[in-house]
Amino acid sequence: MSLTKREKIMTTDGRTTDAEKEKRKIKSVKKMKEIMTNYYIEAKTAEQTGKKVAWITSGGPVEPLIVMDIIPVYPENHGAMIGASKMGVDLCEKSEQMGYSRDLCSYARADIACTPVNGGPIGGLPKPDMLVCCNNICGTVLKWYEIQARYYKVPLFILDTPFCHTEFSDEARKYVRKQVDEYILFLETVCGKKCDYDRMAEVGKLSVKGQRLWQEVLDTAAHKPAPMSAFDAFFHLALIVTLRGTRTVIDYYTGLLEEMKERINSGISAVPYEKYRLLWDNLPVWYKTKWLSEKFAAHDACLVADTYTSAWCGSLKYIDENDFLGTMAEGYSRIYLNIGVDEMAETVIGMVDKYDADGVVMHSNRSCKPYSLGQYDIQRIVQEKRKIPTLMIEADMVDERSFSESQIETRIDAFMEVLKAR
Amino acid sequence: MNNLDLFRWIANNPDSYARELKKKTGRKIVGYFCSYTPEEVIVAAGAVPFRIFGRGGIALADAHLQAYSCSLVRGALEDALSGGLDFLDGVVFPHTCDSIQRLSDIWRINASTGFHIDVVLPVKLDTRSSKEYMADVIKKFIRDIEKSLGVVITADDLKASADKYNQIRAYLKRIYEIRSENPAVIRSSDLHAIIKASMVMERDILLKELASFTEDLKKEAGKRMERGKRVVLAGGICNLPDIYSIIEDSGGAVVWDDFCTGSRYFQGGIDLNADIIQSIAGRYSERVVCPAKHSGLFPRGEHLVKIAKDNNAKGVIFLFLKFCDPHSFDYPYMKEMLDKEGIPSMLFEIEEQLPSEGQFKTRCGAFLEML
Repeated sequence: MSLTKREKIMTTDGRTTDAEKEKRKIKSVKKMKEIMTNYYIEAKTAEQTGKKVAWITSGGPVEPLIVMDIIPVYPENHGAMIGASKMGVDLCEKSEQMGYSRDLCSYARADIACTPVNGGPIGGLPKPDMLVCCNNICGTVLKWYEIQARYYKVPLFILDTPFCHTEFSDEARKYVRKQVDEYILFLETVCGKKCDYDRMAEVGKLSVKGQRLWQEVLDTAAHKPAPMSAFDAFFHLALIVTLRGTRTVIDYYTGLLEEMKERINSGISAVPYEKYRLLWDNLPVWYKTKWLSEKFAAHDACLVADTYTSAWCGSLKYIDENDFLGTMAEGYSRIYLNIGVDEMAETVIGMVDKYDADGVVMHSNRSCKPYSLGQYDIQRIVQEKRKIPTLMIEADMVDERSFSESQIETRIDAFMEVLKAR
Repeated sequence: MNNLDLFRWIANNPDSYARELKKKTGRKIVGYFCSYTPEEVIVAAGAVPFRIFGRGGIALADAHLQAYSCSLVRGALEDALSGGLDFLDGVVFPHTCDSIQRLSDIWRINASTGFHIDVVLPVKLDTRSSKEYMADVIKKFIRDIEKSLGVVITADDLKASADKYNQIRAYLKRIYEIRSENPAVIRSSDLHAIIKASMVMERDILLKELASFTEDLKKEAGKRMERGKRVVLAGGICNLPDIYSIIEDSGGAVVWDDFCTGSRYFQGGIDLNADIIQSIAGRYSERVVCPAKHSGLFPRGEHLVKIAKDNNAKGVIFLFLKFCDPHSFDYPYMKEMLDKEGIPSMLFEIEEQLPSEGQFKTRCGAFLEML
C-alpha cells in the first residue's frame, strides 16, 4: 500500500473507503491471476513444448482434451478479455471491414478480426491444431468455427447437441452418445495416440467434483449478506470453463470456498450495506462490469447470483461421475442455453427462491440470440409467479457502441426506486 | 399461361386460400417454417402443408421479441398472435437457426395455432451418425404427426407423397431451367409467386397446375428475346416481389437463385426404390445446405460459383434479411470465392417493408451498369 493511501486511512473517520475496500477484496484473486497467466503462457508456447492446442467452445466437452494432454483454448474467453480490456469496438470495426455484419455476435467478430493480425490484449490466441465446436450454446459457434477452420486449415469436430425444447429425446441421446465416441476417435487421429480410458474416468470424476465445488462457491451467496457477487463470479468463472477436469480447479475452488466461508463468519460482504438482492441474467457487459457493480452497490444492491456462471454446473444432475463418458451426452445437451424458454424461466424462478432475490436484472444482449430471444417471456413469467420487479437493459457484451450509459443509468435508478418503495 | 393469375392470387393471399380450402374440403392445414420441414410426412398424413411467411407488423410481436430479430420471425409471430393463422390445425418447427429455435418456444407458450411439433433435425449433415439421426427424427416426426392428426401413415402413403414431391420439384426445376434459357419468358416476381404458392397449395392441385403451366411455358420459350444482364440471387428468403421488379427494371435478368424460397426448395430427389424413410432422410441430408446447417467448409461457396457459371451469370446479388446471422457469417468467404472467379457481387440487407427501396434501386442500377 502506498504512503498516500495509508495516510488517507489514518485521516478519515470511521469506515474509511480504502480500508473498507481492502477488507472486501477477495484474496484468492491473486492466485487465480497466476493460474490464468501460467495457463496462457503454456498455451502460447505450445509450439515449443510440442503440445497440441485445441480451440473449443465454452460449452464443449473439454474433459477428453485433458485426457489427451491437449491444451484447450477458448475463443469465447478471448472475446471476454477483449471486451474487458475495452478493445471490442476497434476489433468489431475491423471485422466489419472484413465483410462481417455489425449485427453478428461480438465475441465472434472480435476474435475473427484478431486472427490475421495477432491483435487483442494477448497478441492473438495460439494457433490451433484442431477445432472442437459444440453447438449446445448457439448456432453462431458453428459459423465462427467454420471460418476459423477455413483460415487455419485444421480439422474441425462438431459435437451436435439437438436442442431440448421440451425433452431430450431417445433419438437425440443415441445420436450424441455416438458422437462422443466419434469425438474421441477424432482426437486419437489428430494426436496419433490412443485414449487412456482409465484416465478418462479419473478426469470425469475431477470434472464433476470441480463443478460441484463451483456450485458450492456460488451457493455461498445465498447467505445474507452475500460474501460474493455475480461480478466476482464472472471473474472466478474462468477456471471452471477452461480447466474443468484438472486438479488445479479443485484446489483453487477449495481455497475460494474456504475464503467465502471465512467471509461469512467474519461478516464481510461483497456490497457494504447490502439491502437489495438481485439476480443477473445473460452474459456480463464485459467493458462495464466495474461501472455496473459500483452503480448497484451505490444503491445498496448486490447482484447475488446469475444464470450465466451457474450454467457450468447446471446440468450436473444428468451426469453420473462413475460413468462420465456414458452420461456426458445428456449433461452437455441439457445445459441452460439448450433448453426451452419455459424451462429457463423455471430455472430463473428457482434461483430467485434459492438466493432470495428481490428483483431480476436482465441484459438483453444483441450478440446472443439464444440467450436473449425469449427473455421478455421469462421476464413476464417471473413477474407473474414471484411478483418481483425486473429490469431489462439493452446492451452488448463486447461492442460498446451498443451501450448507452446515461440511458441505462436512468433505468437502473428508476428500477431501484421501485424496489426501495416496496 | 392462364393459371399464372391463380399463382399470383394465392401468393398474395395465402391465408384466404387456405381458409377457403379448409371450408370447402375440410382438409387439415399444417403450418411450417423453412425448407427443411419434411413436408412429405404432412402430405402423407392427408394434411396440407402451409409455409408461414407472416404478414408482417410488430404491434403484438414486440412484447416477445427484441428489435434485433429478423422480420420473418417477428412478422410470423405477429401473424400468429393477431389471429391471422387461426385456420391452422397445428404448426411444425424444424430446427434451423437460433432465431427460429427461440421463436418455436415463444410460439408454443403464447400462440393458439393447434398442435406444436418441434422437428429437431441434426445441424451437421455430413456424417454417418447424423444421417442415421436424420432418419430417426423423421420417424419421430411421423409418430408425432400421426398422434396429432389422429391418422396412421403407411409406407405406401409416404411413397405416394414422395412421388408427388419428386414431380413437383422436377416441374419447379424445369421452370427454372426454361427461365435460365430465356429470362424474358417469365418475370421473376411471377416465378417467385409460383414458388410461394407451391408452398401453400393443395399439392395434387398444385401438381396439375404446374404441369399445365410448364407446358405453356415451353411453348412461349422460343417466342421472346432474351433481355437484361444475367444475375444470380443468393440468400435466405426473399418475400418481396418488388425486389425482383427493381432488378429487372434496372436492366437485370434473374437467371437462377440460391434461396430457401427458391432452388433450395426443389433441389434433390427422393429415391422411391429404397426404404422410403431412409430415402426422404437422404434427400434432406444431401440437398444444398442452408448456412444454419453444416456439410463441410466450402459447399455453399462452391455451389454458388457453380450455379453462377452454369447459368452464365454476369454477377451475383446477395439479398439477406437483416439480422440473419447464418447468412451474414457466410458472406465474406462466398464473396471471396466469387471474386476469385471474377464474378462481381453486391450485398443488400432487406427488411420487411423495403423502406430502403430507393437505396436498393440506386445500388442495383449502379451494380448492373458495372457488369
